[in-house]
Amino acid sequence: MRKRVVITGLGVVSPNGVGLDAFTNALKNGSSGIRHSKVLEELQFSCQVAGEPIISDLMKEEYLTRLQLRGFNSTGILYGVIAGIDAFKDAGLKINADEVDWDMSIIFGAGTSGIDKFREAIYKVDEKNVRRLGSSVAIQVMNSGVSAYLSGILGAGGQVTTNSSACTTGAESILMGYDLIQSGRATKVLTGSTSDSGPYIWGGFDAMKVCAYKFNDQPEKASRPMSESANGFVPGSGAGALMLETLDSALERGATIYAELLGGHVNCGAQRNGGSLTAPNNEAVQRCIKTAVKNAGINAQDISTINGHLTATKKDSIEVQNWKEALEFTKDNFPPINSLKSLVGHGLSASGALESVASVLQIKEQFVFPNANCEDIHPDIEAMINSTSVPTKMKELDVDIVAKASFGFGDVNGCLIFKRYNHS
Amino acid sequence: MSDTNLLEKLKTIVEPYVQNKEAFSTISEETDFINDLKINSANLIDVALDVEDEFDIMIENDDMDKMLTVKSSLEVIEQKLAEK
Repeated sequence: MRKRVVITGLGVVSPNGVGLDAFTNALKNGSSGIRHSKVLEELQFSCQVAGEPIISDLMKEEYLTRLQLRGFNSTGILYGVIAGIDAFKDAGLKINADEVDWDMSIIFGAGTSGIDKFREAIYKVDEKNVRRLGSSVAIQVMNSGVSAYLSGILGAGGQVTTNSSACTTGAESILMGYDLIQSGRATKVLTGSTSDSGPYIWGGFDAMKVCAYKFNDQPEKASRPMSESANGFVPGSGAGALMLETLDSALERGATIYAELLGGHVNCGAQRNGGSLTAPNNEAVQRCIKTAVKNAGINAQDISTINGHLTATKKDSIEVQNWKEALEFTKDNFPPINSLKSLVGHGLSASGALESVASVLQIKEQFVFPNANCEDIHPDIEAMINSTSVPTKMKELDVDIVAKASFGFGDVNGCLIFKRYNHS
Repeated sequence: MSDTNLLEKLKTIVEPYVQNKEAFSTISEETDFINDLKINSANLIDVALDVEDEFDIMIENDDMDKMLTVKSSLEVIEQKLAEK
């Protein structure tokens, strides 16, 4: 029999709020985390605004020891460690310094790791000074660095790994956690994903001319998913974490249950049928969404709200069309759809996890957060769905089921179905 | 440089890596970095690099391997300083 998987803890490090309370408030108020970036300006990027979480030195010391912080230069690991520890503690779990929890796994995704640390190391190596790297490089630049730090801190003794699938990474990590629980190999899985911040991770996208460059003097206006004046995505970063657990374990511990993860699906368009390394095969996208709904055992019409990928590029209209066709909605019964990227930018490998935390919070607090900067909804989208389906103000709603999807370079797709847990 | 001075400088260098603060409070020439101070073996490299910075010396691989105790570390430092 299929095991029921619930979410018992959340952690979030977002450009518009670090910690659950700050993030929830930011979502409800539609507060933007997009700011002008001095570094990007100095380096003459086309896009000079970005979403970066604000973390004080004092806060770093609450999560990492002074020794761990010596020579530490990895934003991705920092964000992931903060989000991961917060989710663990939010689930009501206690760190035991002497014991290993063999039934707890960690699948924490990342696109890169320690890219700033890697840069430091490259300079030293090229100066023929490899001997001066010290012990802090290897552990920070390995992609699984974030999972390695977390398992040591939290005492997780099951499978501890890092997945990577571009901007689908976060959604994939959550589904991999779900599968691990289904297979009986874990009772709890800390899932989520993180992304480094800064010019070395964002440069490649700036060079591809896919980033917003028309709003450098109005940072909060720059990220405009589904809007006619959308002009590319705003680079972002951060981390989101979700503690997945069997329903039995959650009930036994008396844990708070935020929502149930009914299931989902991941697939790849194989760069066929219009898909490429950077563009989606629409057939694959629709197939992914449909299969997720089928795996979750729900009817599409039961979906209360959709949290899209919606990056604020030309592809937004196509994404809305894919949702509409895959779920067989009409113009009039299309549910509210929103994009977190309007508030925090595109968190790349972190986006799926950040957005899943936001999706689960919408279930817990029964609301739909607003799409910022979408007063001028794109005509192609307005031709398909009613403008009321793209709320620009926070909307209180009876949120029972959220469908959340992420799409990534490599033509990869992921879709998750979250449902309110009915406490009986 | 006097031995006490050297020891004090080495203590300052080692301190951030120490996991057993109690053993550190009674540090002596006989103190072993890994067994007594519970320094992570990977961090011994960092201790050696910090020593290089502090004394402006270069420690070759063979000498680094010797730096497992306070006594052997002081010997390496003294020898390198004498060669300067």
